[in-house]
Order: sequence, then structure tokens, then C-alpha cells
Amino acid sequence: MKLKRRKYKTKVPHSQAVRLFKSFQHCQAQSAISSTFKADLNQSNFNHSMANSEELKKICSQVRRDIVRMVHAVSSGHPGGSLGCTEFMVALYFEILKHDPAHFEMDGTGQDLFFLSNGHISPVWYSVLARSGYFEVHELATFRKINSRLQGHPTTHEGLPGVRAASGSLGQGLSMAIGAALAKKLNNDGRLVFSLHGDGELQEGQIWEAAMFAAQHKVDNLIATVDWNGRQIDGDVDDVLSLGDLKAKWEAFGWEVLEMDGNNIDNVISVMEKAKSRCGKGIPIVILMITEMGYGVDFMMGTHKWHGVAPNDEQKKAALSQLEETLGDY
Amino acid sequence: MQKFEITGHKDTRSGFGEGLLEIGRENQQVVALCADLTGSLKMNAFADEFPDRFFQSGVAEANMVGVAAGLTIGGKIPFTGTFANFSTGRVYDQVRQSIAYSGKNVKLCASHAGLTLGEDGATHQILEDIGLMKMLPGMTVINPCDFNQTKAATVAVGKYNGPVYLRFGRPKVPVFIPEGQEFIIGKALKIFNGSDVSIFATGHLVWEAIQAAQILQERGINADVVNIHTIKPLDETAILESVRKTKCAVTAEEHNYIGGLGESISSVLSRNFPAPLEMVAVKDTFGESGTPDQLMEKYGLKKENIVSAVDKVIARKVNS
Repeated sequence: MKLKRRKYKTKVPHSQAVRLFKSFQHCQAQSAISSTFKADLNQSNFNHSMANSEELKKICSQVRRDIVRMVHAVSSGHPGGSLGCTEFMVALYFEILKHDPAHFEMDGTGQDLFFLSNGHISPVWYSVLARSGYFEVHELATFRKINSRLQGHPTTHEGLPGVRAASGSLGQGLSMAIGAALAKKLNNDGRLVFSLHGDGELQEGQIWEAAMFAAQHKVDNLIATVDWNGRQIDGDVDDVLSLGDLKAKWEAFGWEVLEMDGNNIDNVISVMEKAKSRCGKGIPIVILMITEMGYGVDFMMGTHKWHGVAPNDEQKKAALSQLEETLGDY
Repeated sequence: MQKFEITGHKDTRSGFGEGLLEIGRENQQVVALCADLTGSLKMNAFADEFPDRFFQSGVAEANMVGVAAGLTIGGKIPFTGTFANFSTGRVYDQVRQSIAYSGKNVKLCASHAGLTLGEDGATHQILEDIGLMKMLPGMTVINPCDFNQTKAATVAVGKYNGPVYLRFGRPKVPVFIPEGQEFIIGKALKIFNGSDVSIFATGHLVWEAIQAAQILQERGINADVVNIHTIKPLDETAILESVRKTKCAVTAEEHNYIGGLGESISSVLSRNFPAPLEMVAVKDTFGESGTPDQLMEKYGLKKENIVSAVDKVIARKVNS
């Protein structure tokens, strides 16, 4: 099926995220969107083949099915952010990262590393880890169950391949990613470190400590991405605790800021490639990624209500009817 | 009774600084981070000799802890340095999730622990840090007693794979542990052999315990004095061996009695060999401004307090 983008409008007209997003949709000349972002969009289809793009979209559909089925099975977990970040995670694990899923080792020498700071979107991470070969797909059925390696929030404690740090208590992943990036520099390891953060998570002070530190120490082998869906548990980010001018904030902290449409996989790949090309210039890079929480399941979009709520039997059926089974359910 | 010679007066934090430099020279994987207290932590020598392996982190301890955890991914052995309060209470969740639960090989090195920080007062005099750290699964907790032991402990934790909380202090105190004495994590150090009472001491209170034992000996009481420099993992064998002989114990530490060494030893005894126990520790209160000596006296952490506790515990043993 073809997904309809941005079916729902946010309830917060003043949200900066929404303004940015609308401007992207309409390509208005006077929009808040940066010219570099528009250039990326125009180039996006030239950077990789459409066939590959179609394959990645098929993976996305399967990953979304995994997410819905995993959280439904245990009546708990976080589908909203997981669905919204699916294109990003699929692009990362199937296109961007230089990694070796079959031979995971903690130090990741000679490989790109990824840190999920907003650990509650573990369903999407577990799904792409399994689908890209870190562990057997059938293990997804153990998510959040007793004696599982797939804990509610990711952990190294159970030895799950692909996970290098526990996350869940928010705000800690950027510091961890910075440390790993510094270790790569000390080891003359030219590979990169990637991280993903929620927008609500940016309310944690540690993020801004880390932002200062990365600029000070010229951590330029790190690409942080913010899932800018504008929503958190209690409601819209602008209502809960506004992030203000997020682009200006990161820039003021000494970071290079890129923007992308996180639910457009061509654009994700294009902007990620651009971010990689900007590494090594003495400046840390952050990508503000506009997404729609719950993307791909119509009734989960346009609201914060599916942040941490699992669908019931009927809702699962409705959700799966919108998501093609492309690789076979686990 | 063996006589302990004081070979000088030095601060334990300087022992840390020298130990860090030594292990840094020995192992290139050692890196250090400091939260704007490089001078106070005596980390200058390391920072000067290894500028590429030293990360000034500013007054941002939560990030420092996280960066340290990340540095382990790639094989680095990070030592973080700040005051004890900011190494533990301020960053408890970061230590818990990013280091302890994630199983990262970070050495949290904490100076200015306890009352002997002195004039800065209670905001900086943490007396709860041992408790906070020992409750974390997998965390090793060490509180050395003098310059030489702190130096040796610093080198030892650098060779040990796992998270460690290393606690030391600000003031110059007697140096009495022989230079170069091997530091074995988790192995208690026997100071005196005696049969009347066991005295288990850690950190700055070890010297007080030695002095107390000398006073007691003049009164015909032979104390078995044991230096418990590693509070976790606790050397239960040494503790039980001592108390099976003496049938009573006194603990001494510069920490709240709740959560500290005394509580750990009380737990060992009650589970294995119930015996009367008295604790020389801070009695569930905050500190205040004053000189280290004034504070240790006011809060009951001097040799005289250990002697009184011994009298009390021996009376309990006799009456029981």
C-alpha cells in the first residue's frame, strides 16, 4: 500500500516543527526551511537507485509490522516513536552504517557505531537489528517477556548483539556517543558514531552539557539525530516544555545543523550522506529530523496518545491491514 | 605490638595524582577526565604529560560520566575526577545506567570525601557516597587510608576490569603504609593482631584506629585492627576470622553510619556470626564548616571515640 504522508495536522499551529514541516511540503520560498535542506531534497533521488529505495520501503513496512506485533503481544511498549523513526532506522542499518552484524563485538573497531539514546523506541531498534542479522528474527517474540534479551529498554546486561549501552533514562546517550567517538579518534579509527535522540529528551540538561563538550573538543566524527516529532508523553512538546528555536540552539552550542524529512527514506539517505561528508571538519553534526509519531498506521498519527500505549486485538488487526507483509512476520 | 612509623604527612588525593600518572605511563589506554577541579584532584601531572588523553569536562559532571562510559567502547580505561559529592549523588542515575548497568570499565575517582573537606561545609561534605555506590550491582568501592595506599589503589584499579568508586580526601594526614605495598582489591589488610576486640577501619579513620589500639594496649586490651580499604567486595573471610577470635567488633569510618562500612560488617556478622558491634561513624546528620580536626572531634570520629566504643562493646560481650 502507499502511505499517505501527513494525513493529520498537529493541534499546535505554532509548533516550530510543524512550520518547518509545512514549509517542506509546500516548498515555499519564504519558509523556515533552510536552502541547504531544499537542495538535499532535490538531489535525493540521485544518490541511490530507486530499486534500492523500493527495497528499503519494503523493509520499512515489515519493520512496522514487527513493531505493532511486538507491543501488541505484551500489551506494553512504545509504538508511536518507533513507527515514526522506522525510515531512519532502516536507512541507517541497511544503507548508511558500515558494520558487521554477524560478528558483533563491543568495541566496534573499524565499524560505525550507533547509540539509541531514547531507549523507549526499542521495538524499532530490535526489529532492524534482527532484520539486518544481529540475531534471529524469531527472538523478537520474546520482547519484554521474562528471561528475554529484548528488555523493555535496551541493555548490554543480557548480551544482546548490537547494543553497546543501556538507555531508557533519558539524556545519557549523547555523552556516551561522544565518548565512543573520542575513543575512535584516539585509536585512529576513521569510522563514525551515530546517535538518535527524542525531542522531548532534549529537555534533559545533560544533553546540553554534552553539546557544549562536543563542540569544545571538536568531536567531528559524530552525527547525532533528533527525532523531532513534536510530541511527548503528556502532549505536544511546545505545550509541555518548549524547545524554542531548536536549530538556533544547536548552532549556538557550536554544532552544524542539518534538517531532513524522517519519513521520506530518499531524503533520509541523502541527508545522512551529506552529514557524513561534513564530518572531519572540527564541528559536531546534528540532524533535526521531522517525523510523524505513529507514521504508517493512520489512527496512531496526529496524536501523542500512542507514545507508550499498545494496540488491542482489534487495533492490531486494523494496523496490520495498513502494512504489507514483505519479508515474512517473525 | 608493631610500631607504625609516620613517614610524613600527605593528602590522599596526591596519592591519587601520582598513581594516575604511574598507571598512565604504564598503559596507554588510560585516559582521564576532570570537571574543572584538575588542581584539587592533583590531575595536573597526567594532563601535562598526556594532553591528548586528558579531557577537561567543565562543570558538567553528568556528561563527564557519560563520556567516560563511552570511552570504554574502544578499549579506553577512563578515570573521572571530581569531588565525592559530584562523583556520586549528583550523577547517580548516570553512574547507574551508563556505567554500572552498562557494565563499563570506568574509575570514578572522588576527592574531598567526608567531613575532612572542612570549611566548605555540608554542601560539599558528602557522608552518603559509600552507601550510594555500594548499592549499585557490580560496583567496587574502595576508600584507602593514606597517601601510599591511595597511590597503590589507583594503580590497582587501573589494572582491574570493571567499574570502581575510589574515594579519598583533601587534608594532609599521616603516611604510615609502606611505600610500594601491594594493593589487592577486596583483601583486607591486617594492621595489629589482638584477641580482645576487632576494630575495622577505613579511610582516614585507620590512623585513628591505630592510635586507639595503642591507647587500649596500655590498658591491657589487645585490639585486632583490620584495614578494610575495599568496602565492596567485602573481605568476609577476614572479618569473620577476626570476630570469631575476638567475639566483638567496632567499625570506624568517615561516613554516615547508615549505608557505610559499619552497616556492611553488621550484615556479615548477623548472617554468619552474631556478635556485639559498635559503630564509630556520623550519626545520620549533615556536616558543617570548620577545620577537619574540629569536625572530626565534634562528630565523634577521633581515636577517643574508638576507645569508648571498644569499652562499650567489650562490656556488651562480657554481659551477653
